Amino acid sequence: MTHTDLKKTPLCAACEAAGGKMVDFHGWLLPVQFEGILAEHKAVREAAGMFDVSHMGQIFIEGKDAWAFLQHINCNNIKNEPGAGTYSHILTEKGTIIDDAISFCIMPEKFLTVVNAACADEDYAWFQKQAGSFDVTVRNESAAWAMIAVQGPKAVETVNNLIPGVQELARFHIREIELLGAKGYVTRTGYTGEDGVEIMLPNDKIAALWDELLKLGVKPCGLGARDVLRLEAGYLLNGADADQTRTPYEANCGWVVKLAKENFVGKDALAAQKAQGLKEKLTAFVLKGPGVPRAGCKVYAGAEEKGVLTSGTYSPLFKGIAVGYVTADVAAGSEVEIEIHGRKVRAEAVKTPFYKNRV
Amino acid sequence: MHTEENSRFAKTHEWAHMEGDVATVGISNHAQEEISDIVFVDLPKVGQQVTAGQNCCVIESVKSASEIYSPVSGEVIEVNEALAGDPALVNREPHAGGWLFKVKMTAPAEYENLMDLSAYKATLNK
Repeated sequence: MTHTDLKKTPLCAACEAAGGKMVDFHGWLLPVQFEGILAEHKAVREAAGMFDVSHMGQIFIEGKDAWAFLQHINCNNIKNEPGAGTYSHILTEKGTIIDDAISFCIMPEKFLTVVNAACADEDYAWFQKQAGSFDVTVRNESAAWAMIAVQGPKAVETVNNLIPGVQELARFHIREIELLGAKGYVTRTGYTGEDGVEIMLPNDKIAALWDELLKLGVKPCGLGARDVLRLEAGYLLNGADADQTRTPYEANCGWVVKLAKENFVGKDALAAQKAQGLKEKLTAFVLKGPGVPRAGCKVYAGAEEKGVLTSGTYSPLFKGIAVGYVTADVAAGSEVEIEIHGRKVRAEAVKTPFYKNRV
Repeated sequence: MHTEENSRFAKTHEWAHMEGDVATVGISNHAQEEISDIVFVDLPKVGQQVTAGQNCCVIESVKSASEIYSPVSGEVIEVNEALAGDPALVNREPHAGGWLFKVKMTAPAEYENLMDLSAYKATLNK
């Protein structure tokens, strides 16, 4: 696939102008890095960095049954208070993960679900299919919205220069904004383990926001740094660490499953799995020897193969870190070996997050 | 002493510099820029036989693992121990302190088949 076949975000030119090295990410042309992954990682952990996340999807759910509908398609309890957002998983009838997403209550009977780019079309089709008897309208506005994530300990105070009062916005909350002559949304969320916000604006306004943030000293960051930051923070990468073969329990996200809810898609399968116990579970590892663990590396305890990594990287804070699906007997504290380029390297199973976030 | 100018290059972006029958091997400045943020170099072992065009070493950056192909054949007689503690030396000085290993060549004619700097640079502009 050449670059001309790829979808471009409205920030593509701005990213290229800022020195972004552009790559194919699930069919989107996005920057993998600007100055360098380590420098960008440092900016987000110590100051403020920004990411073009315009490829992410925005699905609006409106109507009398909007909340009831979201409760039906999410395994978590979706908050029904204006301003509040809830992280949840959207499941198949088998209880496996279609997507992980945050649903925000904008106002009574109007919600916004922000979904993963690669899942947006499938999510939308699934929402429509499930809408059935609910009195709701589901609109996929992913193509109309662009989004910048501003992340780091200085992110919120910096954005406060552009969006006065954003410092008062609570974690996981949303606010409607007027910015640069357009209506949009700001949410106090992110995918880095740091405090920060994500700002949604119509496509034609986002480049102006990028420029304003550059002027305020926010460092452009790419997908490479984003992947290190999210793995340190213990966040799933959908499509790698979670997919339609894995349940939230297997993905070590049992906390998003609320079996006490009256009903939701996938509930019966999850209740059965909980009663039976898990065969495999997403488990985190820290390397004890040299090397960098990557997706696809096998995990061993002695001669016995225990499973395969789904994500792995070099963390400037923790060196080699990874997560993977291994048999459920590999408890935190277990010594294992990870095979990297034919060489077995010692590692320890640990609890996530690697990075104890300050948010 | 090896420099960018007095080295020869493989199309897979390794360089070799020959003194007597020993070739010092590293990766080009272009290669280190592409790989970026090198965090670990899995060097060959001293005594290991390497073959021109075959992978013998892995360079890990934050984002990916890159296989390194030996530009010449022979026996590895020395590896750059400094890279164990400072792998980013390959980023900072790809043609000086960031060399990878030295090979006692069994087929010195292979060296003559490598590109000089200007021919190598021409391949980068294509």
